Amino acid sequence: MVDQVLEQELRYLWHKDRSLKGSDCVILPGGFSYGDYLRTGAIARFSPIMEQVYDFAERGGLVWGICNGFQVLCEAGLLPGALLRNSTLEFRCQWTHLVVERADLAFTGLCQRSELLRIPISHGEGSYFADPATLSRLEQNGQVVFRYSDPDGRVTAEANPNGSLHNVAGIVNRRGNVLGMMPHPERCAEAELGGTDGLKLFRSVVESAMRVLTA
Amino acid sequence: MSAPPAIDERRLREVALTQDEYRLIVERLGRAPNRVELGMLGVLWSEHCSYKTSRPFLGQLPSGGAHVLQGPGENAGVVDVGGGWACAFKIESHNHPSAIEPYQGAATGVGGILRDVIAMGARPVAILDSLRFGPLPESRRHLEGVVAGIGGYGNCVGVPTVGGELWFEECYARNPLVNAMCVGLVRVDHLKRAGAQGTGNRLLLVGADTGRDGIHGASFASLELDGSSEERRPAVQVGNPFLEKCLLEACMDLVESDAVLAIQDLGAAGLTSAVAECAARAGKGARIDVSLVPRRERGMTAYEVMLSESQERMLVVVARGREAEVQSHFENWDLTSEVIGEVTDDGHLEVVDAGVGEARLPVELLTEAPVRRLPARPAAAPARLELARLPDLDDPGAVLLKLLGSPNLGSRRPVIRRYDHMVGDATLIPPGGDAAVIRIKGTRRALAVTTDGSGRYCRLDPQRGAQLAVAEAARNLVAAGARPLALTDCLNLANPERPEVYWQLEQVVAGIAVACRALEIPVVSGNVSLYNESEGVGVWPTPVIGMVGLLEDYEKRLPAPFQADGDFVLLAGGTGDDLGGSEYLKVVHGLVAGAPPELDLKRELAVHEFVRAANAGGLLRSAHDLAEGGLLVALAECSLWSGLGFRGPALRPEGGRRLDSLLFGESPSRFLLSCGSRAVPELQTLSRRHHVELQLLGLAGGDQFELEGQLRLSLPEMRGPYEGALT
Repeated sequence: MVDQVLEQELRYLWHKDRSLKGSDCVILPGGFSYGDYLRTGAIARFSPIMEQVYDFAERGGLVWGICNGFQVLCEAGLLPGALLRNSTLEFRCQWTHLVVERADLAFTGLCQRSELLRIPISHGEGSYFADPATLSRLEQNGQVVFRYSDPDGRVTAEANPNGSLHNVAGIVNRRGNVLGMMPHPERCAEAELGGTDGLKLFRSVVESAMRVLTA
Repeated sequence: MSAPPAIDERRLREVALTQDEYRLIVERLGRAPNRVELGMLGVLWSEHCSYKTSRPFLGQLPSGGAHVLQGPGENAGVVDVGGGWACAFKIESHNHPSAIEPYQGAATGVGGILRDVIAMGARPVAILDSLRFGPLPESRRHLEGVVAGIGGYGNCVGVPTVGGELWFEECYARNPLVNAMCVGLVRVDHLKRAGAQGTGNRLLLVGADTGRDGIHGASFASLELDGSSEERRPAVQVGNPFLEKCLLEACMDLVESDAVLAIQDLGAAGLTSAVAECAARAGKGARIDVSLVPRRERGMTAYEVMLSESQERMLVVVARGREAEVQSHFENWDLTSEVIGEVTDDGHLEVVDAGVGEARLPVELLTEAPVRRLPARPAAAPARLELARLPDLDDPGAVLLKLLGSPNLGSRRPVIRRYDHMVGDATLIPPGGDAAVIRIKGTRRALAVTTDGSGRYCRLDPQRGAQLAVAEAARNLVAAGARPLALTDCLNLANPERPEVYWQLEQVVAGIAVACRALEIPVVSGNVSLYNESEGVGVWPTPVIGMVGLLEDYEKRLPAPFQADGDFVLLAGGTGDDLGGSEYLKVVHGLVAGAPPELDLKRELAVHEFVRAANAGGLLRSAHDLAEGGLLVALAECSLWSGLGFRGPALRPEGGRRLDSLLFGESPSRFLLSCGSRAVPELQTLSRRHHVELQLLGLAGGDQFELEGQLRLSLPEMRGPYEGALT
């Protein structure tokens, strides 16, 4: 997707690598790292490459975790909270609607605040959980980026596909450079696949990188 | 000449061989086999591995065609799909393991079929699962376990599960059917074949360590399930999808390497089958040392190592001298690999354990089990359908709601959403309609894939039932805008030692052959699963057809749901008086009776050609195959899936026919089409040219589903029973 649709240079980073090969944005994609046998993301966070990811995030580099990548970022402590088993106790692969609550991030620069995005989820452990203090800190700091909503943008219990607290679908760190989200924007970046809302997020990242380069 | 040495009946039972087969082995070997040899012969001569019972019939199936690159006999069949791409696919049963242990049985079924496709050098791009259970709620445990197992494995490996079937019928209560199909893509010039070529080349065992799991699994699959089947739980293997994922990616990286000559899956009968089949395909022999096989458990004997069915293992034939290069590649994926033997040219499979001889058998003896012919006798004719005794249909709306709420016809969403059907970013038409469509990345091409089968039709007439399954699979592909290319079949039957079952097997194969010839669709791979029977109750003959079709341009794909308010809705193909075997008869009248619908294969083909021509001309907005539930259910589905209502005049039967048969009869060779208003005259002209009946039914749109003066339902009214059918 990044190379074919976005036409950006894509470099795969092997988990045993110890260099980010000059990446401008590091994406931790979905998948089942180590089969998710222990706890999602619990082993992947010990991958050699993760040390570079910590440093990169520390320096303000863009780190984006999608699905299993989000779970890894939480396990790694780069994002607060955890992702628990879906409240349905079942895997869910379906389209969801998301309300964008932060449009000022490198990941969402091309979105409008309160804009509605249609992006699919595909996970068994996507129920966002954090203790009450962490959760209220996230809300106060405006770190909730996406919330599950109904097609009209209402954040309701029925629109919550996995039991996430406060309908959280994606959060960002305080600094705004590390984003984690359960929905899969890469699965809706081409009209043939049923939608292009995901492309907006990828384009936002490219645009923000360009701004950095030309600044 | 002395009499053959006596053998303990118990020892033969353990390896599932008969006294006759044992005598033949002694005769052909010129001596009595030792215990290891007997075990190896037992698994390879099992029905599951040798097809000894079904082989006499399978030769009738047409398997050739200009685009066929590999027919039956390999790990999977392969067809050329143009643009330098080939498609490898196969279906296989995992019925017995899934009956005993639903989650692992289904999970390892998916794992096994993935490896069959990987062995051809192809990257798996789609999984389909054809599932049959006893009625709900009693079969809930089977349904839940199997669905979770398929999702648990497929989702983790990252191959989308895009289709399949789900059906409930009493005959599957003790013997659920779990058939898994995998479809993969490979560049034509990277296609691998699993022949152990070149004397001296190395046999590399890759992947999981070998344990005691699954010993005698293949033999177990060739017996009836009985009260002691629970004790066979250890013969069910446990899956490790993450290991499979690593194996998959590592093999894909090696496909282009000329150091790798062949890849072979270790499935049923484990190492014994993998080595023997590889050697047989190349007309070679092989020598392996079981002491070199990485073990999971201590103290395993040669017998156990040779018969283990531990999952996630592959045998790779590596050019001599290039072992280190290939092994270091696997190591990069944290996969264990070990050279366990080499290709020989003496036509024997020789097994040693740290130098000590354990077995030495001619490869031919292992892989060519004697054909077993059994007595056949036509099954008792099904109950006659006395239409005159059926009450008239007075409330079509109420019947429609009842049918939409039938677990056989209701929404599959509760199952589909538990499978990742989008991973890989190639799913253009998701599961739930007629056929799923998967694009071939970097090209305009796409594959349409489907599975179809009807045990009920086959119970009533196995030959016609099998033809109907082939025709419906093809119709599914045409409805998605594709041209059918080839099929793979999984024949699920009861105990063939009963003459009626053996006759059903013969009839089913004959039916598939007839339909394949008429529709020009070759059979390129397949699987036979017999002994789906418990304590005298067997499954109805259930051939499952997995079919692959091609779209040269994915922009020509056709969705099943209505597309726009105001579109015209038409019925293509004629409707006969075909209530026999229908879901309507079963659900409304409690009957499984009559003859299955009449099928005229020439007419079937004509309708396909008409729909394809109409689609090529850009005349169609949607197409949906008419199947179980008949015309009214198909119309309702198009509405429910799109959220667009339907409005048309009342449907009245002609020529003294019955209304229920018009609305709910299951005549084949029919499509529900929708198009813009301006396309109607052209469609009518085209239909006359193809001699296909075309009837305007009404308009899509609004929020009511209405046949004027006949029935009127709101979409939410229909959605209730439809969405709740599986709960």
